[in-house]
Amino acid sequence: MMNEYDYMLLILGMCMVTFLPRWLPVFFLSNRQLPTWFEKWLELIPVALLSAILLPSLIITKNPMGINVFSKELLVAVPTFIIAFYSRSLAGTILGGMFLYWLTVSW
Amino acid sequence: MELSSKQNQVMTFDTLKDDLLSGFWAAWPICLGYVPLGLTLGVLGQKAGLSPVEMAVMSLFVFAGSSQFIAVAMIMGNASHMAIIMTTFVVNLRHLLMSSSLSLVLRGKNRVALTIFSHTITDESFVINSEKFKQRSWNLRRAVVVNYTAYASWVISTVTGTYSGRFISENAFGMDYAMTAMFICLLVMQLNGRIHVVTGLISGVIAVGTALYLPGNWYIIIASVLAATLGSIIRTKSIKPEGHHHDE
Repeated sequence: MMNEYDYMLLILGMCMVTFLPRWLPVFFLSNRQLPTWFEKWLELIPVALLSAILLPSLIITKNPMGINVFSKELLVAVPTFIIAFYSRSLAGTILGGMFLYWLTVSW
Repeated sequence: MELSSKQNQVMTFDTLKDDLLSGFWAAWPICLGYVPLGLTLGVLGQKAGLSPVEMAVMSLFVFAGSSQFIAVAMIMGNASHMAIIMTTFVVNLRHLLMSSSLSLVLRGKNRVALTIFSHTITDESFVINSEKFKQRSWNLRRAVVVNYTAYASWVISTVTGTYSGRFISENAFGMDYAMTAMFICLLVMQLNGRIHVVTGLISGVIAVGTALYLPGNWYIIIASVLAATLGSIIRTKSIKPEGHHHDE
């Protein structure tokens, strides 16, 4: 195990590389008028990011690396999606999804 | 004079209370997803030899779920500092896109407030705030409350995990699925209009395709940038007024 000083250096480095990508754009872009095409592009970023994070987590398996379109995660995702679509409630969807996953795994 | 200043103070206090309450109300589902994840990270941290204080320091200064999981695993494997820091950098590069997107709704805001706000931007608070900023009533103060409520729940749950996480069995109450369910709902909230659905589909397909072949989390950034670009092109083409063909 590393000593406290080493650990703090590590944290400092991690802090820099996580803080800068969060801080730079908001700090420097919010004071200027961005080109319209760029604004339109940025407007599509949230949905693109979420989908890029979510979908692989549902169908890609690790060890061995591969695609599994019948994963439990994906199976539960379908009713969870429906709950989200109709309820529009974040808490309701989380609780519903947890419950359905728990049912699927325990049976 | 005195009366009006008193009235003013009451107004400010009420506004502050409103901002706090609406912030908390928007943030608590995020906390619901963070707590099981934070507890799990805490348990792993403890196994990797991190003390509760060290865990707290990491959560306070880094505040990035997936990076912290990877970092703890790498610490356990005696990886070099440089390797851990570079991995963290790549995994969190996506915040560059979120921060840029948020800058659209935070035009001309106080820079100290923006700095305080930006430190705690995460996938989840980013979507919630982007959604809320579409309403006129939402403001930077409320966004800061959302971010810092989620932040507090993360710090507390990761530290708690180093003490007590091992007493909670795996997947108790389906906890492993909390984050996935949260992302599903956040995604649904973003599906307003055909172009968003199309962009989301493109992004998901590219992400799956590239995740199989690319190391680390590059696939998230690559898929998002490509999908947003393709989405923009499709949108431009489809709303081009009739009678203007042969533009190129």
